[in-house]
Amino acid sequence: MRPVLEVSGLSTHFFTRAGVVKAVEDVSFALNAGEILGLVGESGSGKSMTGYSIMGLIDPPGKVVAGSIRLKGEELIGYDEARWQKIRGNRIAMIFQDPMMTLNPVLRIDTQMLEAVLAHHDVPREEALRRSREAMVKVGIPSPDERLLAYPHQFSGGMRQRVAIAIALLNKPDVIIADEPTTALDVTIQGQILFEMQKLCRESGTALIWITHDLSVIAGLADKVAVMYAGRIVETGTVDEVLDCSRHPYTRGLMCSVPACNPRGQPLKQIPGMTPSLLSLGAECAFRERCARATAQCDTMPAIGQDAHAVRCHHPLGAPT
Amino acid sequence: MGISKRFAKSPDLAARIALKLGAGTPPVVVHALDRVNLRVMQGEVVGLVGESGCGKSTLGRVAVGLHAPSSGDRRWKGNVIAPDDLPTRLAIQMIFQDPYASLNPRLRIADIIGEAPVAHKLIAPADQEAYVADLMQQVGLDATLMRRFPHQFSGGQRARIGIARALAVKPEFLVCDEAVAALDVSIQAQVLNLFIALREKLGLTYLFISHDLGVVQHISDRVVIMYLGRVVESAPTEEVFRAPLHPYTQALLAEVPRLDQRRKDFVAIKGEIPSPIHPPSGCHFHPRCPHATERCRAEAPPLIEAGPGRVVACHLHSAAQNAS
Repeated sequence: MRPVLEVSGLSTHFFTRAGVVKAVEDVSFALNAGEILGLVGESGSGKSMTGYSIMGLIDPPGKVVAGSIRLKGEELIGYDEARWQKIRGNRIAMIFQDPMMTLNPVLRIDTQMLEAVLAHHDVPREEALRRSREAMVKVGIPSPDERLLAYPHQFSGGMRQRVAIAIALLNKPDVIIADEPTTALDVTIQGQILFEMQKLCRESGTALIWITHDLSVIAGLADKVAVMYAGRIVETGTVDEVLDCSRHPYTRGLMCSVPACNPRGQPLKQIPGMTPSLLSLGAECAFRERCARATAQCDTMPAIGQDAHAVRCHHPLGAPT
Repeated sequence: MGISKRFAKSPDLAARIALKLGAGTPPVVVHALDRVNLRVMQGEVVGLVGESGCGKSTLGRVAVGLHAPSSGDRRWKGNVIAPDDLPTRLAIQMIFQDPYASLNPRLRIADIIGEAPVAHKLIAPADQEAYVADLMQQVGLDATLMRRFPHQFSGGQRARIGIARALAVKPEFLVCDEAVAALDVSIQAQVLNLFIALREKLGLTYLFISHDLGVVQHISDRVVIMYLGRVVESAPTEEVFRAPLHPYTQALLAEVPRLDQRRKDFVAIKGEIPSPIHPPSGCHFHPRCPHATERCRAEAPPLIEAGPGRVVACHLHSAAQNAS
């Protein structure tokens, strides 16, 4: 089976006055239909920028400087704005973190949904309205006819995020990129949204990229995981491989700092130091300063392996004993 | 029993932190806290858990004295706190949620940390530098950075500055309002370790407010769960996580994503959190509760004893108790 989305060697740099910020560097992954990829990393690791690059949303001073993005075999890098507009919201859709900011506060929900349908399809208004209503039902919004006539401020945070998901679903995209869509929501509401997303991907075969900093959400939701650090993928594989037998010292450190993995009241196992500035990355492994296993070999950036469970490290950890 | 000292007790702390919205229109009253009792023993770490709008931050702010309760009172070591009681005010300090917004961007770190102890004459102005240096070392910051401004620090370092500022007036009791929520996982672990170490070293008592059950489970001795302005359950941490009694607590624990669950089938708890302006009648949780009965709609359940150190506000448990 050919993957729906293939990203290889993607690099996005920002050319600022202070220097070149390598926000995304040599990121590669492939995604099959109906598959859920969890893209995990801390702030500044480049996970959101990877998502924006795939949506063609990088503005100057940023630029995609290398790599290829193939959607069902079609190369997207090098497309002009007009062709990107045909893809965006139609074949690749995005859900953003803050549902307060992504809906237009002065337009009714139906206006915003119709706009998304009519921008890509030459269908009568009634047909577009029917599709909007269908999408509202799919994401579990009660009494959709009434809710379509409401304004965003009349919705709660969880409901607004559902509307954002409904808009993303409207044109039955091949890929949905979700950038921390549940971070701003409460635990019980997050549970509801995860439930809806999981169901939708299973039913419609849409591939999903779920960007988050929360490993435990990924554990319950995703099929595959890619862990990012300082702009690069440092470990990738299936959820079980990466979380149960993490091989990169950073992934292992991250897992150990989650409070639930430590005995209660005892100090947490912590990763010393903090994430390096993306401006001053040298040729050495970016994790070197914080890594207990670092040696002279780590002066050069390790390449990522070609296996299904790949790791970017000169001294990967073995299976846990 | 052995423990007799009462600490920041607020009996029948109540009813209305009335927030009046708008002028001219009839005032809208938000019952942010509805007859809440909270007792913290000396040396204890209490985790206060709830979703947004449940009143947990308001309760924290009342405990510190930032809000005056509309009714009810605050007690410190058994005595009602008078409004001008300065030593008690200094003994209870707060650490705020946002390490970016809670530091004055125009002050140097030496002044952010050192201003309060000098103003309260705990130290002489000449000693400020040495005092601040000592505090910065305690929270794991390099003391040579004290002439810098907040924007020159990362999120984790700012959280440490906020902790040092709270510690500067030698408090006994710290209210931490989502103190680690804005931090990345690896930084969060470092700051939580600092909290645990400081507790051992200085004998501090914490009220730890958080929506993150994993963090609360790790750090607290006792957990208090709130829903829409009321306490629904309070119990020792292990008991709550082993066998939650209230249906809301059960639902909350079931929804928490865990690392050891793979490709879980998420089940949604139905419904949303109602508005605290028009809370549901009777038990506030009844519209979302799978066990709700006629009685739950009509009558608010009182907090009843459900084991040693355990209370729960649910008719299911009072019914069970009457039957036995």
